[in-house]
Amino acid sequence: MTVIINGSSATLPGDPRVSLLDFLREHLHLSGTKKGCDQGACGACTVLVDGERILSCLALAVQFDGRQVTTIEGLSDDAGLHPLQQAFIEHDGFQCGYCTPGQICSAIGMAAEAKRGLPSHVSADLTAEVTLTREEMQERMSGNLCRCGAHNGIIDAIRETVVAGMAA
Amino acid sequence: MTPFSFTRATDPDEALRLFEGNASYLGGGTNLVDLMRETIARPERLVDVTALSDTIEETADGGLLIGAAVRNTALAEHLGVRTRYPVLARAILAGASAQIRNMATVGGNLLQRTRCLYFYDHAGSRCNKRAPGSGCDAVHGFNRNHAILGASPLCVATHPSDMCVALAALDATVHLTGAGGARTLPFTALHRLPGEHPEIDTVLEPGELITAIELPPLPFAANSTYRKVRDRASYAFALVSVAAALEIEGGQIRDVRIALGGVAHKPWRATTAEAALRGGPATEAAFRDAAITELADAKPLSDNGFKVELVTRTLAAVLSELAGAAA
Repeated sequence: MTVIINGSSATLPGDPRVSLLDFLREHLHLSGTKKGCDQGACGACTVLVDGERILSCLALAVQFDGRQVTTIEGLSDDAGLHPLQQAFIEHDGFQCGYCTPGQICSAIGMAAEAKRGLPSHVSADLTAEVTLTREEMQERMSGNLCRCGAHNGIIDAIRETVVAGMAA
Repeated sequence: MTPFSFTRATDPDEALRLFEGNASYLGGGTNLVDLMRETIARPERLVDVTALSDTIEETADGGLLIGAAVRNTALAEHLGVRTRYPVLARAILAGASAQIRNMATVGGNLLQRTRCLYFYDHAGSRCNKRAPGSGCDAVHGFNRNHAILGASPLCVATHPSDMCVALAALDATVHLTGAGGARTLPFTALHRLPGEHPEIDTVLEPGELITAIELPPLPFAANSTYRKVRDRASYAFALVSVAAALEIEGGQIRDVRIALGGVAHKPWRATTAEAALRGGPATEAAFRDAAITELADAKPLSDNGFKVELVTRTLAAVLSELAGAAA
């Protein structure tokens, strides 16, 4: 049983108790993905699976046979940071940085959801094209907590990068 | 986490064969994995059923058949759900976070356990749902989030799902398969009130598998919505919630569906309020009176008396909104 992590194949653990989060951090030493609450409340462990954001702490690694996982390590390359990473720096989108990998993976997943027209709890019209207002972004990012309180910078960084990317 | 074996079923028959002894079916895992990590759930075998039906199909009579492995996001995103059953899309979008909705399955959502803190506190609290016969520390404890309807002295927990409140309002049907063959149940008959056995949440037989949810055609459900009242604006469980659909003709209520969340051990279909409203005027006073009638048997605990007025106001506000949209 294998899973593709950031483009590379990895053999899934034999023990089904291993979460996708522990598999990434402890088995593959990809420590960019963070363990915050380990119970699905904080979003620090958010990764992308086949482009969709999920919580790796609540995911058993064995369930991901044949799937494509992208972590924060997979977003940048030798050419430099992902534009959203750079925007987080420029907009002070963090202080301690612990929630940042989850925030960034979550925002990328959110952008894809909005682009395909998925409404949110605050969308007045369930079938209208999505406009990512500040209120929409706050609602759509509510699964990612920042205990430093950098949410305003986080939203600014997402707006500059993701929303601009959608408009382009 | 207690050790367990893991298998993956490719169809319902295989799932039933793989389910042996102390086993659990596994969907997205968003509740079960957490409960296993806390050792509150200790299955020896997990049967992954996420490869089972994840399609949403039109039924011959104009409803929808939703596979049990459909993810919550996919159900809220389905155009037919958004236009014909907006209460269901809104209920799903009001629940959990985007990441959790991407993982969670429809079948798993139905079978999630209460979030009563005493149920989770296995090290320090008594809970009849977790350890039958041990007692309930919520009855005289911190019970602000707990039930006001249909509770028993043994358990005052509430059902945590938003999606289920909408399904209760929509007259959904649950499709099941088990050792005795396939059967269907009205959605409102799936979950139990706690009674003498709060450890049992549903009427499912051991090993019985949810294969689909069926929504009947309900044209006036196009005028439906869901309102959730909670302590923070997003990503929190309901204090109370209201799912409702309303049909008005000449200022009179022709038909109505109402279900309440956050008030009972199961999604609470408000049949008393519906009967009081049907054929009557669509006024805010009538909506309030219907809510008060529905809550006549409410038994608030020490900390949750506010829920009686909160349900009354929320129900009146939701129906007023729907009446305005229908006018």
